[in-house]
Amino acid sequence: MTDAPLLAVEGLSVAMGGVPVLEDVSFSIAPGETLGLVGESGCGKSVTALSIMRLLPDPPGRITAGRILFDGVDMTSLDIKALRAIRGDRIGMIFQEPMTSLNPVFTIGDQIGESLIVHRGLSGAAARAETARLLDLVGIPAAKKQLGRYPHELSGGQRQRVMIAIALACSPRLLIADEPTTALDVTVQAQILDLIGRLRVEFGMAVLLITHDLGVVAEFCDRVAVMYAGRLVEEAPSARLFANPRHRYTEALLHTMPAANPPGRKLPSISGAVPAPADRGAGCIFAPRCGFALPRCASELPPLTDPPHRLRCWNPAA
Amino acid sequence: MSALLEVTDLKTHYASGGTTIRALDGVSFTLAEGEVLGIVGESGCGKSTLGRTILRLVEPTSGSIRFQGEDITRLGRRAMIQRRRQMQVVFQDPFGSLNPRHRVGEIVVEPLEVHGIGDRRSRAARVAELLALVGLPADAAGRYPHEFSGGQRQRIAIARALVLEPKLLIADEPVSALDVSIQSQIINLLAELRVRLGLAMLFISHDLSVIRHVSDRIAVMYLGRIVEIATTAEIFDNPAHPYTRALLSAVPHTDPARRRERILLPGEMPDPAHPPGGCAFHTRCHHALPRCAVERPLLTLRPIDGGAAREVACHLIEGGKGRDV
Repeated sequence: MTDAPLLAVEGLSVAMGGVPVLEDVSFSIAPGETLGLVGESGCGKSVTALSIMRLLPDPPGRITAGRILFDGVDMTSLDIKALRAIRGDRIGMIFQEPMTSLNPVFTIGDQIGESLIVHRGLSGAAARAETARLLDLVGIPAAKKQLGRYPHELSGGQRQRVMIAIALACSPRLLIADEPTTALDVTVQAQILDLIGRLRVEFGMAVLLITHDLGVVAEFCDRVAVMYAGRLVEEAPSARLFANPRHRYTEALLHTMPAANPPGRKLPSISGAVPAPADRGAGCIFAPRCGFALPRCASELPPLTDPPHRLRCWNPAA
Repeated sequence: MSALLEVTDLKTHYASGGTTIRALDGVSFTLAEGEVLGIVGESGCGKSTLGRTILRLVEPTSGSIRFQGEDITRLGRRAMIQRRRQMQVVFQDPFGSLNPRHRVGEIVVEPLEVHGIGDRRSRAARVAELLALVGLPADAAGRYPHEFSGGQRQRIAIARALVLEPKLLIADEPVSALDVSIQSQIINLLAELRVRLGLAMLFISHDLSVIRHVSDRIAVMYLGRIVEIATTAEIFDNPAHPYTRALLSAVPHTDPARRRERILLPGEMPDPAHPPGGCAFHTRCHHALPRCAVERPLLTLRPIDGGAAREVACHLIEGGKGRDV
């Protein structure tokens, strides 16, 4: 890639209460690019997102190593004031459950307007007009009439649209979307992903999409990074990774999906469970569950190979 | 195969703040012994209410439920408890449905005690047998639910549901709370138990890939009604109802060959307290005719282009000469 990355996460390690939950995670996102971060519960994908935003509660969470470069500035070195100027302005965020991120006692007009007043210095009237325009943009009909409504009066899909409007209020260069469609029905998910996709092009915005849904990533993202137990284990352009997964964890995960198997056939499964953060050994963390593990896998951590298809595996698929 | 379960024009309406929510609004289908019928649809379509109404955990407003040839719609509480020996349920959240203060052994044995089956000794043996059947270690009996992972807790719930040797298992989103790698273990377990025990299942899920994998037939629901019901292959190879097509098209796939041209539905699912007249789907249907707004299409056998005739409720599909359902 010739573009300087918009976001570069370099060797990020995070501990919770002294226990490492994220270890040596590196990836980058170019301007306008979409990167999917996938993995199962506890793999560290949400901790990664919160760390980038510096929203990880400290204590217990602490960044123990690494840098997070946004537009060349190391987020880990910024004070709270400098962070606030970036959050909600140049980086927008949406989360899984919009009901818990929206304030129930303020109207949606107030909540979208707040960002415009704080970051863009608009007056009340100008903020209201801009808010109506944003609601219109995210597909909430009769936008002007909706400004006085409260979050509980909206459906789940509409609340997520409002969250997107808030995230977009300041035309961010990066949108971090953490499981944005997980709580939504599949036809509503299709609407929301379509919306984010269109806005991304319109705003020239990069997107970090965090999800457990491999299908969503395959269809939405330019590149995908797979996480397992606090580490990034594989990263490649989406089409390439899904056509030819090389890390044994990615491969097993894809094989285990019902959609990848003929109906009624016994599904391949991954034995065992993800180890707790305190029980991660010195070698490859997937080794105890891997059908292709070599003797060295249990003791020696495989290095991350170079792009375009990065992986951490001693015995990868061809 | 004879019908194990026969549901006819089942309606469940709830009163809520002065309005009536038509959670189920005339559902009919049959389930054969040993058959798995997948019930799929989105939030508010009534799929969970359907499962609960069949078990009479929720009382139907009208219609009938016949189980093993007997009309159980109006059975008294005591008689219904007896019938539930044959019809058990597994819910989405195994933690919410397992008493946290009871040991796993007590949880699994409880149905035997309620129904006065066996003595202490035979019950203990039966519990051990069930724990082994669902793939839990023998020492699980003495431990508490919180000591187990989500997948293992779902195994406990399944063991409890099967301890009475039911004929019918209603599985309401049984794998939706689980990670992909754990999902496959539970799907395999249910498939294996189904064959081993000759279980019939009503498998309720919003996840089309899971439904496709486990079901012999599939019923697609929208706003309290079945819009299409057919074999799994027919539904996936040649979906007929415009809602079924939109629903299937919305599923993202990792395999480009499986992707369908996406049909984005306009707007939102209407409020079940005020469902649209005529076909409930007409407000979001790209093919709606004037007739669709006024006349409710019957779920009836209609010939399908390039596929087998099937029960589908849509005016766009001519016919309807078969039986009215």
